[in-house]
Amino acid sequence: MAGNPLRFVCSSWPWRSVLYVATGPLVGALWAVLVVTLAIAGVVLAPVVVGVALLAGIPLSAVGLAAVERRRLRLVDSRPAPSPHRRPAQAGLRAWAAFRLRETATWRELGYALLAVALGMVDVVVAFTFVVGSGLATASPMLVEQGDQIQFGSGGTVDEPGEAWALAVVGVGLIVVTLYALSTLAGARAALARTLLVRPVEEELVEVRASRARMADAFEAERRRIERDLHDGAQQRLTGLIMTLGLAKLDSGAPELIGKAQDEARAALAELRDLVRGIHPSVLTDRGLRAAVESLAERSPVPVEVDVELPDRPPEGTESAAYFVIAEALANVAKHSGATRARVVVRPGLCVEVHDDGTGGARVDGGTGLQGLADRVAVYDGSVRLSSPPGGPTILQVEIPCES
Amino acid sequence: MRIVIAEDSVLLREGLSQILARFGHEVVADVGDAADLAAAVDEHEPDVVVTDVRMPPGFRDEGLRAALALRAKRPGLPILVLSQYVEQSYAADLLETGGGVGYLLKDRVGEVAEFVAALERVAAGGTVIDPEVVRGLLARRRADSPLERLTERERQVLALMAEGRSNGAIARALTVSEAAVVKHVGSIFTRLDLHQTPEDHRRVLAVVTFLRAAR
Repeated sequence: MAGNPLRFVCSSWPWRSVLYVATGPLVGALWAVLVVTLAIAGVVLAPVVVGVALLAGIPLSAVGLAAVERRRLRLVDSRPAPSPHRRPAQAGLRAWAAFRLRETATWRELGYALLAVALGMVDVVVAFTFVVGSGLATASPMLVEQGDQIQFGSGGTVDEPGEAWALAVVGVGLIVVTLYALSTLAGARAALARTLLVRPVEEELVEVRASRARMADAFEAERRRIERDLHDGAQQRLTGLIMTLGLAKLDSGAPELIGKAQDEARAALAELRDLVRGIHPSVLTDRGLRAAVESLAERSPVPVEVDVELPDRPPEGTESAAYFVIAEALANVAKHSGATRARVVVRPGLCVEVHDDGTGGARVDGGTGLQGLADRVAVYDGSVRLSSPPGGPTILQVEIPCES
Repeated sequence: MRIVIAEDSVLLREGLSQILARFGHEVVADVGDAADLAAAVDEHEPDVVVTDVRMPPGFRDEGLRAALALRAKRPGLPILVLSQYVEQSYAADLLETGGGVGYLLKDRVGEVAEFVAALERVAAGGTVIDPEVVRGLLARRRADSPLERLTERERQVLALMAEGRSNGAIARALTVSEAAVVKHVGSIFTRLDLHQTPEDHRRVLAVVTFLRAAR
């Protein structure tokens, strides 16, 4: 609209705006008629249950109007306009109505609808004045030729072709001004509609984030299932095999050979145990973060001090993300840092800190597996900070927001 | 001995029963979950209970909880807990209920004679902690730990006590005389301030101190 007026007039924008402004009062009027009907019928029938239902229909009718308005918005606004409503949990008309009536979006839409009816009248007056004014001026030579007079209030009249042509030139200018004015009006009305009727982008982001977290939780559940399948399946069978071989050894003439077979089975079981622990440690499920981190510390070749103070258990996904961050951090301490001691601190919130007195120089993107963990933490809206200057010490800080 | 077994895998339950029968012990009941375990103990009054940690319905640590509940209800009832994983925190919970408890990795059953001997020690009021737990504890001593008051040799003796070995067995493992072991054990009790209580109880308390030291 700020560019070349000729290009603006030749584009589709002003005409879409005109259409938008023109259809607005029409839709508003139709809705107003519906609401007045509902209100009268509702009040009359109020002693009967039907009347109450009709009155409840008023805010619900605004939901319908809002849907129409969001479609109309496409005339002047190419951005997507998703509905702010959520999907009702239960099927059926009554459940739908009850659900909608509890949503703030519904009441916002009702507010918009009432505002739209009022503003629609203003729109009509403004549009009428501009359109009729510029139209009459432009058409004045023809009108004068037919013998009509054009009167400007009490100021004067135009009844000569010369004056009429001059007026027509002004009229063409007025048409351009009208188009600008109506486009501005359409823009303002569209902005109002977007503010009140369209789900804000921020909310959509939250939605995306929630769905990512749901997906991560689903993966988490899957890991638990795999862990349980391995525990109930392969681990029990190998244990059974070791027992049976133990019995066989008692009677056998070749106990060394059976002992060897037992050792093999034991090694396989130990490998399976480590694998399963990496998928999902049962101590985390059973006893929570503190016991699980202590168990990690016990297996760490570098002495680890554990300081976990959590009055409540965090949600499963968060807890598990925190655990695997600590596991990876301690593995890095053992493999790369050259540290002689490390310390793990966990506080509610959920804040995790892993310190070591090693040589530093650790990097999140250095192929240490920290990147994957940072991604995992990010799913829960958390953050990972790493301070590891050359010469050490290394401090890894992780924050995963959660209610507890 | 009269034994109650709780283990949800039929395969392992039968394996255990066979092994114990082979050594002349009587399995008076074998059950598949924690609720049945409590009922079976009430009914049969066994000499010792062998239970898995993870059992129905939740497949978490039902067996361990059942064991702790049984110990609370019947102090001193000998219980040996078996598990696919050994965790120090579980061992500490069990030990806190006193002597006559054991906590072993399931596949230790494969060394049949040693397993049965361990079970007999538990039944006699001793304690048996899996060597893997003991190894983990020795690996992560803290500066303020009471274990720092002990000499290296005394720590070795204490670790073997935790595994449930007798003085004679400890002497053989460390290739020293049994008299030397007795002296070390006395010194351990003194250094851990455990001189007021009877001998058997002190052995348990020393092991509890050992388990607590890493926390």
